[in-house]
Amino acid sequence: MTEDQQRNAERVARGLKRRYRAERRFRFYGLLAVAFGLLSVAVLFYDIISKGAGAFRQTYIELELHYDPDVLGVYDLGDDSQVALGDYSGVIRAALQQRFPEYGSRNDRRELGKLISSGEGFDLRDRLVANPALLGQKETLWLVADDDIDTYFKSLGDREGAFTGRVSETLQNVVKVLADGGQIALRLNTNFFSKGDSREPEQAGIWGAAVGSFYTLLITLGLSFPIGVAAAIYLEEFAPRNRWTDLIEVNINNLAAVPSIIFGLLGLAIFINFFEVPRSIPVVGGLVLTLMTLPTIIISSRAAIKAVPPSIREAAIGIGASPMQVVLHHVLPLAMPGMLTGAIIGMAQALGETAPLLMIGMVAFIVDIPTGPASPATVLPVQIFLWSDSPERAFVEKTSAAIMVLLAFLIVMNTAAVWLRKRLERRW
Amino acid sequence: MHTANLLLVLGAMIVAAYYLARGRSLAMARPLGGIRHLHSLPFYYGLRAAIWCGVPSLTLLVLWLLFNDPFITAAVLAGLPESLQPVTVAEENLTLGTIRNLATGALSTEAADPALVAASERLVTLEAMGSRIIAAAVLSLGLVGALVAWFRMSPQLRARQQVEKVFKVVLLLCSLVAIFTTLGILLSVLFESLRFFQAVPAADFLFGTEWSPQMAIRADQAGSSGSFGAVPLFVGTLLISFIAMVVAVPVGLMSAIYLAEYANGRVRNYAKPTIEILAGVPTVVYGFFAALTVAPFIRDTGAAMGVAISSESALAAGLVMGVMIIPFVSSLADDVITAVPQSLRDGSLGLGATHSETIKKVIFPAALPGIVGGVLLAVSRAIGETMIVVMAAGLAAQLTVNPLETVTTITVQIVTLLVGDQEFDSPKTLAAFALGLMLFVVTLILNFIALHVVKKYREQYD
Repeated sequence: MTEDQQRNAERVARGLKRRYRAERRFRFYGLLAVAFGLLSVAVLFYDIISKGAGAFRQTYIELELHYDPDVLGVYDLGDDSQVALGDYSGVIRAALQQRFPEYGSRNDRRELGKLISSGEGFDLRDRLVANPALLGQKETLWLVADDDIDTYFKSLGDREGAFTGRVSETLQNVVKVLADGGQIALRLNTNFFSKGDSREPEQAGIWGAAVGSFYTLLITLGLSFPIGVAAAIYLEEFAPRNRWTDLIEVNINNLAAVPSIIFGLLGLAIFINFFEVPRSIPVVGGLVLTLMTLPTIIISSRAAIKAVPPSIREAAIGIGASPMQVVLHHVLPLAMPGMLTGAIIGMAQALGETAPLLMIGMVAFIVDIPTGPASPATVLPVQIFLWSDSPERAFVEKTSAAIMVLLAFLIVMNTAAVWLRKRLERRW
Repeated sequence: MHTANLLLVLGAMIVAAYYLARGRSLAMARPLGGIRHLHSLPFYYGLRAAIWCGVPSLTLLVLWLLFNDPFITAAVLAGLPESLQPVTVAEENLTLGTIRNLATGALSTEAADPALVAASERLVTLEAMGSRIIAAAVLSLGLVGALVAWFRMSPQLRARQQVEKVFKVVLLLCSLVAIFTTLGILLSVLFESLRFFQAVPAADFLFGTEWSPQMAIRADQAGSSGSFGAVPLFVGTLLISFIAMVVAVPVGLMSAIYLAEYANGRVRNYAKPTIEILAGVPTVVYGFFAALTVAPFIRDTGAAMGVAISSESALAAGLVMGVMIIPFVSSLADDVITAVPQSLRDGSLGLGATHSETIKKVIFPAALPGIVGGVLLAVSRAIGETMIVVMAAGLAAQLTVNPLETVTTITVQIVTLLVGDQEFDSPKTLAAFALGLMLFVVTLILNFIALHVVKKYREQYD
């Protein structure tokens, strides 16, 4: 061994410790990055769930109601104008009076009126119209409490003390009396799953938005899947390799990365301004989302077609099939699971999309449940956006709960996609 | 005839054409000794007749539905007396609206101008006549098509080739939808932007530093002159995107390296899909998270340390956007890192380099073009991201690079200018399209470069 080599070996040995330290440090940074990613997932989900879990239960108050025709001003339920003008909240007010005779002053009576949601009168009307025999009878019902009461009642057990907000001393005492008698309780929030939007948090539900999302996605799927598959078949199996098909290919890849809000501008300028289609309807939303998801579906369908081995095609051609028969009878059925997986992922993307729908007016305040693809509607993510803007504290809970419902749908769809891929996709 | 009924009848005709033609081909084959003496399978003869019957008539119907309105309204308006002839577009819409309402009975005919009542009656008769004529035309065209298909049938007819040619054209049209989408985006954004630049000089828009898109309603109104200098928006967008990149690039890259090079199979199998959940969460959820959890947290932390932080700070929006982009960067980086050939790793390790030295000196440079492409794609996502900034960033257009202050972005302004009802002739609305044009052009360039780089790099080791 020459002296030179020896010196080099010593130098390497001296540096080894430092290099191993650098190695450990590098590895630690990597671990840190992974931990940060996992932590973000955990914090995000914990935050949403802890904020929204309460919204699935709602405060209800038990009252004995007397459907007194004199209070209602309704004597004949067959008479539409009487039914329309009836004072249904009067029945609730009278029942509250009767339950708390000690709160007789004008001020106290007004306070008592804040106990029950102002939307409950309409539910009483529907109930009376459905059972006309109830008129003049007494009935004990659980009524939805106002959102302030709801927030207060839910926060009673909190460590940092209850959130009183707009709830007065009088009402706090009333709630205490009701709680002692077991007449105020948390029960399953049926309004949340069966109603449309409302200005009153306790009456607001996601069913309207869910139906709107359903119609929008129906249109999106109905258009984007056939068009996407057809485009993929053409590009993979029939298109000549030339500058034009290159252009189409580059174009599709670029479109997949265009910001979604740009598609909203397209929808606004073309569908609404040029073709004068009405705003806020699922048809336009579906069209815009179709254009947006099309690149995703084309790209995944092409991948699925590419995965079908050439031997299948050659065998089919060998026994005399035409190119179109090869594709329709052999390639397409074999590529279908992959294409469906891509379509589900595209639909999940479309379900969570908000920005382009804001542009085409699906952001309106719509109380009624949409009846078809051409009736004004909103969709789940837009509903979340609208509620998150509302000042009432109870809407924070509702927003988080709506997010949980949306995420549940997305998880189901993505799980279905993974399952489909594992179950049906063949390895060649 | 109502359009739905017309479609139903036409559909029945198409089905009938299919079965009749198929039956006829079988009948033609029988004297020859079976269907193997036909050129194509009977199925194709039927399909050919259905196409002949359906395609021309449906095309006519669609054209009519798209373009009948102007003809009828022009005819109705032309019949109005001189005094009622509308001059401006707004007047025309008003007159037409009145006539429509008279026709549907929404307006009472008693109080209205007799000339307008007459016009509404004309509208009703014209529309009824129009739909009768088009129904007759569509159905007879379908019949003629079916008859042509019927009489041209012979055992030698190359039915399959004809049907397949039509199929191929349909497939081609579907693949052109993507091109038309791009064209549609470009034209719609460009067209409105040009109108905007007629009202506001392009130089003022691109280089002005004052953004307050409120137009004065009265001439003497103070403070609402309407200035459209977009520089504060560009700076705000870049600031938030930069913060997002500062979070997403190191975290995404390092986690991709760790999962690809260090982690054992089990950790990788669980950690990778978990991080990718972040990519599937809708942006509106991130917006809610940023506005209600992260922003108050940052503001309170700042207050505890004695720093005044806006509750709509760029920092909150940028951080959350960064979290959103982590899986995007990490999965792209993972792709390119695993694509580096094993021989390069083995060579480096064989020379005595440690694992991290191999990664830093060999794998990273080899994967660099792909990583750069991925980062560029991520930047374009950050620039175009809308919901997080709409919900968590502010509206005030301040020209600042301080991440603790409120800034606004291009996408936020597009949303604020365009949500709700708007008229298409005010610069305020058109400004949104000019911003959209900027956004589209910038993201298009970024995407184009990124995709090109990624593609070129992929071919290198294939």
